[in-house]
Amino acid sequence: MLLELARWQFAFTTVFHFIFVPLTIGLSGLVALMQTRWVRSGDDQYRRMTRFWGKLLLINFAIGIATGLVQEFQFGMAWSAYSRYVGDVFGAPLAMEGLAAFFLESTFLGIWIFGWDHLPKKLHLASIWLVFVGTNLSAYFILAANAWMQHPVGYRIDPETGNAALTSIWAVLSSGNAVFAYLHTIPAAVLTAAGLMAGISIWHLGRRAGHETAFFRRSLSWGLKGMLVASLLTIVVGHFFGQYMTEKQPMKMAAAEALYTTEKSAPLSLMTIAPLEKKPDRPSFELKIPGLTSFLATNSFNGTVEGIDDLQAQDVRRFAPYERAQGRDPAEAEYYPIVGVTYWTFRLMMGLGFWMLGVAVVGLLLMRRAPGRIERLATRTWFRRLALGTLAAGFLGHAAGWMFTEVGRQPWVVTGLLKTQDAVSKIGVSTIAISLGVFIVLYVAIGAIEFRLFTTLARKGPEGGDRPPAASGNGDAPTPERDELDDHDHDEDHEHPHVPLLVY
Amino acid sequence: MDLPTVWFLLIAAFWAGYLVLEGFDFGVGMLLFVLAKTPGERDQMVRTFGPVWDGNEVWLIVAGASMFAAFPNWYASMFSALYLPLLILLVALILRVLAIEYRRKHEDDIVWTTRWDRVLVGCSVLAPAMVAAALADVVRGIPLDANSDFTGTLLDLLSPYALLGVVAILSLFVLHGATFLGVRTEGALRQRSRRLALRAWPVATVLVGAFGLWSLFGQGGGASVVGAVGVAVAVAGLLAGGAALLRGHESAAFAGTVVTILGAAVLLFAQLWPNVLPSTDDPAGTLSVASAASSPYTLKVMTWVAVVMAPIVFLYQGWSYWIFRHRVAADGFSTAASPLDALQRRRAAEDA
Repeated sequence: MLLELARWQFAFTTVFHFIFVPLTIGLSGLVALMQTRWVRSGDDQYRRMTRFWGKLLLINFAIGIATGLVQEFQFGMAWSAYSRYVGDVFGAPLAMEGLAAFFLESTFLGIWIFGWDHLPKKLHLASIWLVFVGTNLSAYFILAANAWMQHPVGYRIDPETGNAALTSIWAVLSSGNAVFAYLHTIPAAVLTAAGLMAGISIWHLGRRAGHETAFFRRSLSWGLKGMLVASLLTIVVGHFFGQYMTEKQPMKMAAAEALYTTEKSAPLSLMTIAPLEKKPDRPSFELKIPGLTSFLATNSFNGTVEGIDDLQAQDVRRFAPYERAQGRDPAEAEYYPIVGVTYWTFRLMMGLGFWMLGVAVVGLLLMRRAPGRIERLATRTWFRRLALGTLAAGFLGHAAGWMFTEVGRQPWVVTGLLKTQDAVSKIGVSTIAISLGVFIVLYVAIGAIEFRLFTTLARKGPEGGDRPPAASGNGDAPTPERDELDDHDHDEDHEHPHVPLLVY
Repeated sequence: MDLPTVWFLLIAAFWAGYLVLEGFDFGVGMLLFVLAKTPGERDQMVRTFGPVWDGNEVWLIVAGASMFAAFPNWYASMFSALYLPLLILLVALILRVLAIEYRRKHEDDIVWTTRWDRVLVGCSVLAPAMVAAALADVVRGIPLDANSDFTGTLLDLLSPYALLGVVAILSLFVLHGATFLGVRTEGALRQRSRRLALRAWPVATVLVGAFGLWSLFGQGGGASVVGAVGVAVAVAGLLAGGAALLRGHESAAFAGTVVTILGAAVLLFAQLWPNVLPSTDDPAGTLSVASAASSPYTLKVMTWVAVVMAPIVFLYQGWSYWIFRHRVAADGFSTAASPLDALQRRRAAEDA
């Protein structure tokens, strides 16, 4: 019971936290690019884009920071056996994340928010880029720590304590798993942010004719281009990441394909009707493409891919000493994850990625071939729903991807070294039940608040908007100087008369 | 000096930095409805730490992550033993982040802002209270078994010593927040914060003094030289700060509360040394600096990272304080165009 509750708590808090993280990473990069265009060109439309998308970024950033604290604390709180075992290796990237990344992000985010009109333009621009660098460094360190759990490298087992001890920080930080995870996750984060831009832009374009058309047309174009580049990168890196995983974590990939027996020329299962249980019986109905799994995994249609049953048999022999040390019967140990969840989250992740690629291609073609077509389509309800669905796809894709990668690692918390059931703290069931309850209530409440705030501000559109049609039809025309003063992000100038500002 | 000692000192320094920096924004948060007479003045107060609070909070994250990396057993035992206080701390910090960031997001909705401000006050009391209880429990020791797993209950964490620690820290942070406002605001708020600091000063002095003496003589292995220095520094900071308050030297008063918090941190970690988590149950469960430390290689890597990164962090975080150093005026932060401008207004306010 303790184990189940602790796992649910980790899963719940982590998935919730990771709703916000990809958007923060991706959108801070896109906002930095917009601001760069503004500083370079002086085109006021870019300044307004920076302000509008930047405001949404900030709402999202706040909740990401807030829920991120829980992540660092709960390793010690709920997983103290894990913390003792891996701290020597796993703690280092976490501490580096704090020193090298969090300080950078937090300090320069504050400077960026409050620095509008107070800092020289270029210095202010540099601060948002440093925020983006901070989010990326942070992502890299945390992905390297997670990569070590997936495929431990650069360590030895201390004979005295029986715990893992670091032998090469370089091996941990440069492991293939860390590099692939970073190169796969960051484009996916940009994909999510670009999908959000495209979705909100389409929603606005269809809302009222002539309302901020130029603004949202340009935002849509940014969103679609971002989606195209980011989805291609995500998919290509994902393919090689999958091949790497087949080699390093064969059980995870076997479960992802629901491949039970080792096969030469293994088919790719497109879909199957089988319950989402731990180990479903042979599916009654299955659509397969012959040889494709083998090809994807090994670059050869005749390649051999190992199956769950054979891997299980190998692992029972290999990890017998581990089970005996924990006082369990080696014969009863299971070394495969919940096959149904691994299989379906893997497909959901890929399906959503390809869907977003498709939307980007079609959207860009429409924009290029038929000017005005998108605006007309956007007035249709189904098209706007489709756009908002695509917006959601980015978030869902991330959640599915992480569920796949974390569920697929089970029953291990550190592959081959420590099982999840042996990692939990020695605390009362009531304690963890209380905390899980608190987190559910708290997160549902703050999730609802942030969702409402986000949608309200997204709906409101950019500030200083609703110009006469002449101006908004051609948004590239610089807006009057006066607008410079009209919208301060955090400032409360709506209450008092403006005093001319000096930039120092 | 061996590396575990270096990391014990670094972690003490991270905690001290956290208490000094977030101490004042907790203090300002606690005083939100006490000092501000209007919603505009509440904005003014929150803006004094608006650009910097997030960077301040990172000191806590870095302190925690450094414990994880340098003393995994300390981190594991302490965080699992103090589960419920830390849960309350997390809830308070989460809501506090949202209160600060979201309070002005519906610009003209005064109800929305006031609600978040109430949350901000509550969380600004709860969070430092839990931090103080946790630190006091660590110094005093908690019941641990031979494997350093917690064997006690919540009541073991609510000792009179820990409770005194909580009220001492809260009173000190009120004082610290008030002296901070004296340095960072202008107008009526500045006068009011000085008057409040003068009233908070005797309370903080008595409570911090009592907690300091109890820590020095009643905790750890008895009075240590470094611990005595910590008490002396804290008391000197309080006395100098009080004198400065009386004479209206705002910067000196704020420096006084900073020194007091640093002295208190020195005292707590001096009393903890050479342990990191004493056991009050099975003595075999006591974790010491030597026994809880990571491998020499990990500590070496971490030391390099800290040596390179910490000075850079100091520089840019210090720079962020420098950018936003001018006083926050009642009618809005953005109207003070430059430090020069702020200075002129300050003079005008003083003449008036």
